[in-house]
Amino acid sequence: MEPRALRPPRLPGLLAALALLLAAQGPRASAARGPALWPLPLSVQTAPRVLHLSPDAFHIANDPLSQAGASCTLLQEAFRRYQNYIFGGPVLKHLPAKSRVKADVQQLLVSVVLDSECEMYPSITSDESYSLVVKEPVAFLKANRVWGVLRGLETFSQLVYQDTYGTYTVNESTITDSPRFPHRGILIDTARHFLPVKSILKTLDAMAFNKFNVLHWHIVDDQSFPYQSTTFPELSNKGSYSKSHVYTPNEVRSVIEYARLRGIRIIPEFDSPGHTQSWGKGQENLLTPCYGGHQPEISGPINPTLNTTYSFLCKLFKEISWVFPDQFIHLGGDEVEFECWESNPNIQKFMKQKGFGTDFRQLESFYMQKLLNIISTLKKGSIVWQEVFDNHVKLQQGTVVQVWKEEMYTNDLSAVTAAGFPVILSAPWYLDRISYGQDWRIYYAVEPLDFSGTQEQKKLVLGGEACLWGEYVDSTNLSPRLWPRASAIGERLWSGKEVRSLDDAYKRLTAHRCRMVRRGIAAEPLFTGYCDNVLK
Amino acid sequence: MAGAKLWLLLLLAGAFAGPAAALWPWPQYIQTSDWHYTISPHSFQFKYHVRSAAQSGCSVLDEAFQRYRDLLFGAESWQRPALTGEQHTSEKDSLVILVVTPGCDQLPSLESVENYTLTINNEQCFLLSETVWGALRGLETFSQLVWRSPEGTFFINKTEIEDFPRFPHRGLLLDTSRHYLPLHSILDTLDVMAYNKFNVFHWHLVDDSSFPYESFTFPELTRKGSYNPATHIYTAQDVKEVIEYARLRGIRVLAEFDTPGHTLSWGRGVSGLLTPCYSGSQPSGTFGPVNPILNSTYEFMNTFFLEVNSVFPDFYLHLGGDEVDFACWKSNPDVQAFMKKKGFGNDFKQLESFYIQTLLDIVSAYGKGYVVWQEVFDNKVKVLPDTIIQVWREEVPVSYLKELALITEAGFRALLSAPWYLNRISYGPDWEDFYRVDPLSFEGGPEQKALVIGGEACMWGEYVDSTNLVPRLWPRAGAVAERLWSNKVVTDPDFAFKRLAHFRCELLR
Repeated sequence: MEPRALRPPRLPGLLAALALLLAAQGPRASAARGPALWPLPLSVQTAPRVLHLSPDAFHIANDPLSQAGASCTLLQEAFRRYQNYIFGGPVLKHLPAKSRVKADVQQLLVSVVLDSECEMYPSITSDESYSLVVKEPVAFLKANRVWGVLRGLETFSQLVYQDTYGTYTVNESTITDSPRFPHRGILIDTARHFLPVKSILKTLDAMAFNKFNVLHWHIVDDQSFPYQSTTFPELSNKGSYSKSHVYTPNEVRSVIEYARLRGIRIIPEFDSPGHTQSWGKGQENLLTPCYGGHQPEISGPINPTLNTTYSFLCKLFKEISWVFPDQFIHLGGDEVEFECWESNPNIQKFMKQKGFGTDFRQLESFYMQKLLNIISTLKKGSIVWQEVFDNHVKLQQGTVVQVWKEEMYTNDLSAVTAAGFPVILSAPWYLDRISYGQDWRIYYAVEPLDFSGTQEQKKLVLGGEACLWGEYVDSTNLSPRLWPRASAIGERLWSGKEVRSLDDAYKRLTAHRCRMVRRGIAAEPLFTGYCDNVLK
Repeated sequence: MAGAKLWLLLLLAGAFAGPAAALWPWPQYIQTSDWHYTISPHSFQFKYHVRSAAQSGCSVLDEAFQRYRDLLFGAESWQRPALTGEQHTSEKDSLVILVVTPGCDQLPSLESVENYTLTINNEQCFLLSETVWGALRGLETFSQLVWRSPEGTFFINKTEIEDFPRFPHRGLLLDTSRHYLPLHSILDTLDVMAYNKFNVFHWHLVDDSSFPYESFTFPELTRKGSYNPATHIYTAQDVKEVIEYARLRGIRVLAEFDTPGHTLSWGRGVSGLLTPCYSGSQPSGTFGPVNPILNSTYEFMNTFFLEVNSVFPDFYLHLGGDEVDFACWKSNPDVQAFMKKKGFGNDFKQLESFYIQTLLDIVSAYGKGYVVWQEVFDNKVKVLPDTIIQVWREEVPVSYLKELALITEAGFRALLSAPWYLNRISYGPDWEDFYRVDPLSFEGGPEQKALVIGGEACMWGEYVDSTNLVPRLWPRAGAVAERLWSNKVVTDPDFAFKRLAHFRCELLR
């Protein structure tokens, strides 16, 4: 893990400057006037001097000194995207057009300082820092790697706004920026409801607007198995909702590449041994047969006592390890029901044989340990839900634990980090749980490092994830349920600890949500008001 | 009723024999069997019966035929099936419609009859209704009865339906002031309302936040009071379009111009309309409700409501009257002096009543009926006996059922909204709570129950705009729609869940 940069406390001055800028717009001005940065960068110096841009006299290009050249399609694509985002605003027809806007800023020159990593996949250690200098006639964006360039382009696009005449305007400014946490994720659940690839790509777009860098793809669960496996095609043939509700290898590849071009990692989750009802349809004898009920056909979690189980898992995860290029695989391990195991005489016998007594957590541990070993022989890292840690499974060093149980999650953070394991926080950020009003404020107020522990322990907090579980979510309501509520978490994970003012956040987030709407994301309103533009 | 209940329950048991039974809202009487007929998209047509009072040229039905054709078979053109020589005796090639009472160019009203019967058997495929509005409801039901096999063949089961609404006022409120809703969002909502047999679009047009209604007598209202006078307004043309679009679907447009509270946006365009608030002896620069003590206020209202009266053809107008904050009135010395002069003492409810009464006189002079929020009744404003009172408060001053009892006991007609605030979201299947409500479960005699004319699902706009309107409304509002249309005994949530889940997928299609 990269050490996180130290942040000098420059922010209060900046906030004041921003507040002044916003106040200067007047009470009836729309939220779109003036820059609204989200998430707020580490350091922003903005001068009052405004510069104008013109759509036909501005372009983004590689600096001749850059380590990335024209062959870096990741950047070429990004330049084109951001050109569109910057100048995609409404044409304000009702106001007199100024005669010919003088273009003060004609170029944004982008320079990658170190080896660009253009062809690579982003990782937990990717350097996302960048610096930005906006001045006449050329603005400069500098970063160590392409990942920082992507973040910097987003920031630059957020600096540009339309004045009351519709003229594209930017203040002279200097920005240096880097994230507070390296793991900033969104969880989507494509098992409770299938999400069309289009919805996933849209989500990746919006993630980039909020500087998220991990899509945690909870791809299968009890309800359906939409992942099309080449090794075990029956899993999705029999386990998906229908033949058209699957992700083909091609579609998975296109999601991964689309994400890479935006500096976003795809971490697949194949949750076991619980949450696997759909696996059983296409893989015989994988699940535990439950006994004693009136319905003999019922099966429980994966059967941990059979050798065939592990040879199946070995092959399946081998496939997963090369389909998904990320260093980490999420193995789940949450909410395992012991009743079925308890009912099964063969399992009881196995328990006796292994000397587990009646402690089914030991059986769960037995399973998880074998699975974790499989993953490490595949040279991958593992992420698990907190139960795996809570139930004392022996974990290899470096296994990441994701905390999701809301009661006393600060204690859980303390315990996991005290044991020396890296941790991801999700507990306070379950976005599927909706309520009336501005719940983004609650997500925003969370401080991930606010638990008792040493400095060393705090360094083990890799970041967090906003989780949108799918019981009540499909493509009809995904976007407005996710955005801008997840944006609150985006800023919490990117910006400095001191950036906490709800009033300032409200103003910036209101403008940011209109920007997302303008870019085609159906982000819902924070409260009464309007955007200049309506959703297309 | 007991007999009906038994019949219904028997039907529920067998209802899921085929996909045909996923009707929403559930009809009053239905008998259906597994026997089914094919429908060929190529040859199928809607036909007027020779003795129908409505004939070709009836815009409401002609357009409905086109709409339902598209809904059933898509806009594509279907190939004539290859002639096999074999005669399809079990094919239905038309639905014959017979409307008894003439009238295609009117607007639907509170009194419109929406009854229909639908007969699909060996001999006929026939829709009979008293009015065109009933025919629209029957067409919707017909379209829900048609299903498709995995091979793509269209079928309809042998079915007998006799249907009518339980309540005549089945409304949905949209709020276009807290957030502006683009015209297409409103029109789309009207479409889905028709699928749910809703028949009133309660248009909460203006409020504190903005004044998007473009007034031709007071253009400054919109120019200064809208979020953006170029893009965030409803022009006269837009309003006409909404009313006609609604009419073609048998939906009334009930416009609400809420006063004297909820009017901050009005003040920007009409100086002197709102009460200046005072802090101590000085005006604070802020404004409160409409100023009820000035003649100019009533002159304005007179002119403004003359316009509203001409723009919105429905017999009823909604005049609001909710949540009037007295603090500003209390702070204003002129208002205090007026109170003394009128002998109101410190009872600002009397001042509110004074305002509302004057306003009601103005509106009734234009020959309109009106709907008001419950506060008008709670504050004992003297209103005409045919006033409709809308109940929106769940617990205060009394539970909404008690409130219904009080209103109907006083002889007024009532509309229920309190348990159906769809803007209030929570985790999980909250549609079940909406569904479980029975509007007539208050204590009172049959004459009182007869005064409950229906209810409305309300989608207030503080947190809602076109980005999230659709998934927040549907299918949750569907639960309210069935409660207001179907028989009181249709209450099984499991049965409802299956049909609603299916209906949701149909809406997506």
